[in-house]
Parts: sequence; C-alpha cells; structure tokens
Amino acid sequence: MLENLRLSFQSIWAHKMRSFLTMLGIIIGIAAIIAIVSTIKGTNDELKNELIGSGSNTVNINLKENGNSLSIYTSSDIPYGVPQVSDSVREQILALDTVENVTCFTSRTGVDGVYYLNEQISYPTILGIDTSYFATAGYTIRSGRGFVEDDYTEFRTVIIIDTIIADNYFPNEDPVGLTLEIDGTPFTIIGVAVETDSYEASIETVDDYYTYASPEAGKVFITSAAWPMLYCFDEPENVIVKAVSTDDMEKAGAKAEDILNAAISTTQTDVQYDAENLVDQARQIEQLTSSTNIQLIWIASISLLVGGIGVMNIMMVSVTERTSEIGLKKAIGARKGAILGQFLTEAVVLTSTGGALGVGAGIGMAYIINKISGVAVAISIPASAIAVLFSMLIGIIFGLMPSMKAANLDPIEALRRE
Amino acid sequence: MILRLEHIYKDYILGKLTVPALKDVSLNVEKGEYLAVMGPSGSGKSTLMNIIGCLDRPTSGNYELSGENVMGLSDAQLADLRLRSLGFVFQNFQLLPRMTALDNVALPLVYAGVRKKVRRQRAREALERVGLEDRVSFRPTQLSGGQKQRVAIARAMVNQPSILLADEPTGALDSKSGEQIMELFQKLNDEGVTVIMITHDRNIAAHAKRIVDIFDGELKPHVDSFGQPPVFHDPDAAGDKKEQEKQEGQEATGDFSSESQEVTE
Repeated sequence: MLENLRLSFQSIWAHKMRSFLTMLGIIIGIAAIIAIVSTIKGTNDELKNELIGSGSNTVNINLKENGNSLSIYTSSDIPYGVPQVSDSVREQILALDTVENVTCFTSRTGVDGVYYLNEQISYPTILGIDTSYFATAGYTIRSGRGFVEDDYTEFRTVIIIDTIIADNYFPNEDPVGLTLEIDGTPFTIIGVAVETDSYEASIETVDDYYTYASPEAGKVFITSAAWPMLYCFDEPENVIVKAVSTDDMEKAGAKAEDILNAAISTTQTDVQYDAENLVDQARQIEQLTSSTNIQLIWIASISLLVGGIGVMNIMMVSVTERTSEIGLKKAIGARKGAILGQFLTEAVVLTSTGGALGVGAGIGMAYIINKISGVAVAISIPASAIAVLFSMLIGIIFGLMPSMKAANLDPIEALRRE
Repeated sequence: MILRLEHIYKDYILGKLTVPALKDVSLNVEKGEYLAVMGPSGSGKSTLMNIIGCLDRPTSGNYELSGENVMGLSDAQLADLRLRSLGFVFQNFQLLPRMTALDNVALPLVYAGVRKKVRRQRAREALERVGLEDRVSFRPTQLSGGQKQRVAIARAMVNQPSILLADEPTGALDSKSGEQIMELFQKLNDEGVTVIMITHDRNIAAHAKRIVDIFDGELKPHVDSFGQPPVFHDPDAAGDKKEQEKQEGQEATGDFSSESQEVTE
C-alpha cells in the first residue's frame, strides 16, 4: 500500500504537466464548491453574529396578542389586565443570574407629527424609556447627555435623538439645545445616542417593518415620565433583557418571559409576553440559505463529474502506455489485485491531490471574493475534509475501469508489446 | 523431477482457424539441470516458455512443477507460483525505467509482502551476486546492456526461485556481454538453480548441459547442423574462445567466430 502510494506520486511527478492538466477539472470543481461553501458559511456566521450576538446579548420580550405584535394607538387599544412592569417584577428579572440588565419601554412607530421648525422629521419611532434603556439596549451618548433622575421626577420635556436623525437633519450643527416638536409639544434635544452594535432583526410584523426596513426613519427617545403627555397613561411596556452571555440569551429570555407573564391576568386578556428566540430564528435563516446553496453545489459537482471523466481518460492512456510494465509485473508474480491496487491508488492520489489543491484554490477564491465584493467568508474545515474525501471517491469511481483493464491484461500480450 | 510436461498441446484460435502451436510436447527437467530449448522463430519456443513460466495454460496435457499440478490452479495461484518458484529473464530486460537498479530488483519482494528494510537488504545481496554492487542506485538508462540484463537476473533470483527461465537472454547484447551473462548462468547453475534457456542461437545453447530442439511445435532431441551428436559446453573451450575474440578485436561476433570454427572443421 505504502509502496503503491510512493509509486503513484513518482508516476504523477514524472508527468507533472499531464497530471496537473488532468487534475484541473477536479481542482476547479472542488475550488468552486469550497468557495461557495465558504461564502455561505461566512454569510451565515455574520448573520448569526448580528442576529444573536449583536454584541450586546439583548433579547426583546414583546407583548403579543395571539402571536401578533400588540399595537397601541389610542387608550382604547390598551388591553385590560396587562399592567405596567412593576418594580418588583423588574427586581425579580434582575435577580436572575443569567440577566445582566433589564429595561422597559413604550413605543410608537412611524410617527408623523415630529417637526424641527417647519421641517417634518420623517416618521421616526418614538420610545418612552427608563434610565436603564441605553445601557441595556446598547446605546451610548455621542454628544450632550443622557436622561437623569430629575428628568423623570420633574417631567422635563427633554428628548434624545439617534444618529440617523442627527446626521440627516443636523449635519452641520450640534443639535443639542435645539427644540423638536412632537404633536405640538416642544421638546429640547439634550443628547445624541449612538447604537454601539447595529442590529438587524428579522421582519415578522408590520411594526418590525417600520422599525427595521426603513432605518432612515431614526428614533427619538423621551422619558417614560413624559410619555403620557403625548400618549396614554399606564401603557403596557415591552421589555429588553441583556443576558450575561450569548449562550444565556435563550434561557434569560424564557425566564424573564415567565416572570412578566405571571403579572398578566390571564382571565381578562390573551395578550402575553413573548421573548424573541433569536437562536431559533438564526437556525431557520441558516437552513434557508443552505438549502438554496446546496443547489449551487450540485452545479459545481457537474464540473467534478467532468473532471472525473478526464481522470478516467488519462488513466486509460496510462494503462496502454505502461502495458509492458504491467506484463512484467504480472510475470514476476503480481496478482491481479496488486495491479488493480496500483492503478487505483494512482487514480485516487491524482484526484485527492487535485482535491487538496482545489480546497486551497477555493479558499483563495473565497478571500478574493471577500476582497472584491465584501461578502463575508469563513472556511469550513469539515467541508474541506469532505471535499478531499469526495475527490478520493471520484478517483475510486473513475479509476476503477482503467485499473480493471490493467489488472486483466494478458501478461503474454503485454510483454510482447514494446 | 522439478518440471514434468506430458503431452502438452497448445492451440491458438484465429477466427475459425485453429493454429496448433505445440503438438504433444513432453519434457522432463531434473532439479539442477541446465537446459536449452533451441528453435527458429515461429517454432513454438516462446509458447513453450510461456507455458513453462505459467503465463499461459496449455490446451491439453499435464504440467507438474515441483510436484504440483499446475493445470488446476487459479490465476492468483499461478501468480504466486511465478512469484516464488520461477525467475524470468527477458531478451529486452524489461526493467522499469523510472526505478533504480535496487528498486527493480526488489520489485518481486514487494509482491511477496516482504518488509522494506529486508527488501532492500535482499535486493542488495542479489545485485552483489551478479557483480553490480556499485550500480545499486543507477537507473536502467545509466546502465549498459549487459548490466541491465544482470540487474534483470538479480531480479529473477531475488526471491530464490528454483527455476530460472530465460527467453533469448543474450538476444539484445553484444557477444562479450552475452558471454558474461552465460558465465553468470553457469555460476547460478553451479549453485543449484535449474536453468531453462530458450534461444535460436546455437552458440548460446551450447552453454547448456542439455539441448532440445523445437521445430514446428514439436520437441526433438538435439542434432547440430551436420547431424553430429549433441555438443556440450566445455568451460575451457569458452575460455579459449574469449581469448580468441580478444585477439580478433571488437568486430568478432560470437556467430562469426563459431562459423569460422565450423568451417575449419
């Protein structure tokens, strides 16, 4: 076996150019597959990181009515039996060892009554937040200040805008100190908040669509104390918990969800808190992307098939060329199996060398794709291993016929030929 | 009795035509014999060689090698028999060009499943036996014809077979190298190896202790061209011939010198 391997490498090396050209089909096929798999994996990894990790390990726990997001426009939309998150509930959630921080907020999306002087700020999301919102949801204050205790106790009409609004409407000036109008009520801008980790969530509802599909809309933040000046009293809140680590997200979300739901009177409403299961969503997206890309891999496999036929062809030529060698080996006592093994090993060495080179070329291609188009790539070690194994298999399949031809040569005929 | 052929027939079928290559060939070879089978081309001597060498099967008849009936053996068993009991030497050496002399000689040991270290050791010893210990790592292209044939003999002997089968071993060699090969055969025969040599060259056949003629697929006791009884090889005469050749220079071929001898007779 080892001897066969040595002989195979020798014979491949003796015909460097021919061997390389033969391998080329395999190299191209494997390289294409590896490049595709690398980009798939890269995109998936990136997606997963953005979705799950988002760096801040936050889990949204939103109110849902029969699976749909609860939208509140007027006080009549407020469901009975869903209280605001009480301090004791908040304490309970904070007491969980998987939870680092928690925040509750109310929100309106696509608000059309926000003006700076006579200029309408296009449909921002307004959030009424508590003091822990920025820390939990992953914002920092870029300029000005955040909300302080007095803003709440004194019901100050102060507002913080995010960078989208700041950059779009106040590109050349510091907006801090200027006044925005929301539905006729003036608010003083006290700060600009910047999201530390951008976060692309899946779109499941119309609200999500407003929130995520038109990110240009931007967000404005007011204190939860000032919220009732614009909207309703005692509006139920959505919750964000920040887990200690990414691995704890699922557990933290589920536990917090239970605690929050315990405070809801189930007899009066079917509104429930529902923790976004991002891990699950990520898995679904992954499945979707890989199923489309498996079709791409099938196409690339055709090139492998063509490569395999090339190998078979060259092996046939090689057997004919080496007829007298085969005859001699049989004469000095090589069994059929030994000849078969020799040529099969040669075919397998040829294709798996091609496969290995193809993996290298594929990784190279993936990085070039990354450089040119910016698509994320990640090298999958199992995929590379499978690619090499698969090219071995191609060697066996397409090497079998030439090897059998060699093994079945009549030694007398073979020796007679020169 | 190391080899016993009884009423061997071999027919080749060419389309509808059956061409007999061997007709009722019976041959016994004792252990340690030095036999030459002589015949012109087309006489069936190569067919006989192939059958003796277990490369081909007779159409009918009986063949025993070392007391074992060869007729009923499978392809794999025949391969094993060739591996262990027979050593082949061919006219055109049949060395693998990409391998060194040592690797060429070690090749049968690969198929015998001998470990690499032992293989190299035994191949080296076999090369020493044929006087090529200083050519171990040479490739066939770097060797002269006589050296190539000696490598081939080392390869044939490396598995210590009981029979050495040579098909026109000097056919591609000049007379001097041919003579060296014949000396080597003599030496191997003296060591107890049964040598069977197939040739059309009377002077080469003359080195054997027994000669049989093959003509039109039939074996006949040997007679020389003048109807004289068999001529056996005399080592002293070979020595004389060599000296004579030296005197006559490089142009003198074995054929020429022997014919001149015959003419003077």
